[in-house]
Amino acid sequence: MNKRLFALLSVLVLASLMLFACGPAKPAATEAPVETEAPVVTEAPVVTEAPVATGTLKIVSSLPMTGSSLTQTQTIVNAMQLRLEQANYTACGGAFTLEYEAWDDASAALGKWDPAVETENANKAAADPAIIAYLGTFNSGAAKLSIPILNAAGPLTMISPANTNPGLTKADKDLPGVTDSYYPTGVRSYSRVVAADDIQGKVAANFVKSLGAATVYILDDQELYGKGVADVFEATAKEIGLTVVGHEGIDPKAADYKALMTKISTSNNGAAPDAIYVGMVVDNNASQLLKDKVAIMGDNTVVKYVGPDGIQTQAFIDGAGADVAEGAYASVAGVALDKLPPAGLQFVKDYEAKFGPLTEPYAVYGYETMNVALKAIEDVCAAGGNPTDRAAINSAVFAIQNFDGALGTWSFDANGDASLTDMTFYQVQGGKYVAVGTFK
Amino acid sequence: MEITRKRFNWRRFAIAALVLYIVFLLGPIVGLDVPVVYAAIKANPLQLVQFLIIGISNGAIIAIIALGYTMVYGIIELINFAHGDVYMIGVFTSLTVLSVTGTLDSKDPVKIVFGLILALVVSIVFCAFLNATIERLAYRRLRNAPRLAPLISAIGMSFIIENIGLMWAAQAWLVPSFGTTGGASQKVFPDMLGVLFKSLGWNINLLASSGLALRLTIKDLLVIVLAVVLMTGLYLFVQRTKLGKAMRATAQNRDAAKMLGINIDMVITATFLIGGGLAGAAGLMAGLYNNTAWWFMGFRAGLQSFTAAVLGGIGNITGGMLGGFLIGLLASFSDGYLNARWTNALVFATLVLILLFRPTGLLGEQTGQKA
Repeated sequence: MNKRLFALLSVLVLASLMLFACGPAKPAATEAPVETEAPVVTEAPVVTEAPVATGTLKIVSSLPMTGSSLTQTQTIVNAMQLRLEQANYTACGGAFTLEYEAWDDASAALGKWDPAVETENANKAAADPAIIAYLGTFNSGAAKLSIPILNAAGPLTMISPANTNPGLTKADKDLPGVTDSYYPTGVRSYSRVVAADDIQGKVAANFVKSLGAATVYILDDQELYGKGVADVFEATAKEIGLTVVGHEGIDPKAADYKALMTKISTSNNGAAPDAIYVGMVVDNNASQLLKDKVAIMGDNTVVKYVGPDGIQTQAFIDGAGADVAEGAYASVAGVALDKLPPAGLQFVKDYEAKFGPLTEPYAVYGYETMNVALKAIEDVCAAGGNPTDRAAINSAVFAIQNFDGALGTWSFDANGDASLTDMTFYQVQGGKYVAVGTFK
Repeated sequence: MEITRKRFNWRRFAIAALVLYIVFLLGPIVGLDVPVVYAAIKANPLQLVQFLIIGISNGAIIAIIALGYTMVYGIIELINFAHGDVYMIGVFTSLTVLSVTGTLDSKDPVKIVFGLILALVVSIVFCAFLNATIERLAYRRLRNAPRLAPLISAIGMSFIIENIGLMWAAQAWLVPSFGTTGGASQKVFPDMLGVLFKSLGWNINLLASSGLALRLTIKDLLVIVLAVVLMTGLYLFVQRTKLGKAMRATAQNRDAAKMLGINIDMVITATFLIGGGLAGAAGLMAGLYNNTAWWFMGFRAGLQSFTAAVLGGIGNITGGMLGGFLIGLLASFSDGYLNARWTNALVFATLVLILLFRPTGLLGEQTGQKA
């Protein structure tokens, strides 16, 4: 055996073992490149009918895989790999070999997504001509950084399974030109398969009102995503007649929030507000915030506790403790896993057969992004184009209409938003998130 | 010294006036609106006491960790960046002891009390030896190297220990409540004191029967009492015992102390042992107080404690305690009366201000004299 190859392999195995040790007991992300390298070595089988040149197409994902979000992102990576396996890592009738790498945009130093790492990932992808699709990011703040870089590189199409900040695709009337500034070439190159927070925040405010609350206190983690959804919530709440007692940003690394919660407990003319809405992701100390809220203001039946999809993960419940988290609500775009269309149900079945029980809501979105990428590649081939052309792939993504995917039948609009507006609310019951209703 | 004290310092007066001006001009933006804060205090004066309690409890934990920074800095002039992470290991050690001894599932008050005492002892011993091991492995060989070398080595140790915490938090066979979501997410540190008080039929809020709208929980009391006991013990140890004297001598002048027959290595090891032990105790205290175990919690705790040590005068043990309480109180009042998003800015602005007027911290530095 080649000595250098052996050394490389052993380093890879060691690295994946180490990741295995610190990650969850699931197949580690780094295994993906090892698996996918095999077809590369053997060279793509030459198919005589192939209309265009053969070769390798590379797809990468950039998601935070160090920190609490790993619980969610690992399922996304699993789902993407599952979709590729179903396609047998080939496209265009075997003319092209597909390669996939799961990149991490988080750093141990921050314990969550890191602006420096995400920028580096985007630059790395822009510089590698084999890469034709960039799947990610998980955090809206990260997307803001990589969209302009990838837009200027081809454009290299970027498809997100989870970014919900509206400003990434839709211009805000209060901030003219900001959205357009993400796209220096003027061509849209970013799309997402998840409904944005202008829908999520609005539906959440209506939901809080439907719980019988009249007053609400809003907290956010001061990030693009968290503050964005909290701002939409606040605007809608005022429109529909909810009283917003206060809106504050929290320090996402503080040891505790007892003083803050003490203040909130008397903020509503000496009493506690009826509900608290938190715009944040689980990495930003979400469990601690809930713990201190319960310690000061009692359980979640007294003062309702509602958050967005950033806290809809088992890690949030485990961190707070099942009895503390009991009764808290979180919303996620889309429908409950068991209410998915047939293609989605089939996905859940295939996923569970390979990776075990699926409770995280984002896996199906990861699957759908890979679905979109593969569909774009096939469409380019079918039209006689060359799928190694980034601009052609990007146009094909935006041309997708009435796509029959795992999330249902939907289309992309000119901004890159999918026509999916369902929002499902989950409540913690007995230590698990249980779907309690779907709204539009 | 006396003469400079008496002379009126116009420059400082000007800076103070400028600061006051800025506070009134820009304060309202960040929520430091004096009339509004005054009105809030007047409307609910009892809440001021509540914030005081929360601030002192948080400050006690910061102060205990700060002691480890300040002692080590006093003796070898090294910022032991790994110290905050030793504290994090203390949280995981005590949680593991509580789990392995079956205390977590127990409702028997006697068992819980013994479990907690055992957890405290094991956590102190384990963290003491961990800290001393870090010194032996990463700092001792670099003692005479340029100052930056051990500093970088300390940052490296900090990352190593953080990753140990990350792996530890994934070991659900050790502590079942870690769950299956991996080591990265926050873990729950069960509220053992709440369980204990429930089993005894007492209210966890010691002031519940007073009818006041105040919460002084057993958690606050335990944290404060334990902190005071540890600090007094440390103070007496350093001032009254032979080893304490040797530590002070080493801090003042390492070479002279060596000439007088003091075993420097032994003294430094002892310093690390004591600092680590205090971090271990702080680990259990913080676990019981905040009910969280998280691999990343050492970072922020370390930053705050280091700030506390600098605020009080690095190398100065009393200063470290004072700085800890001060930061706890500042953070609590800022969360309570100002906008929470500015709390960190306020803490560090205070540090900058104090260092402007007293560059050696509130109580003055106590570090070795340069030969």
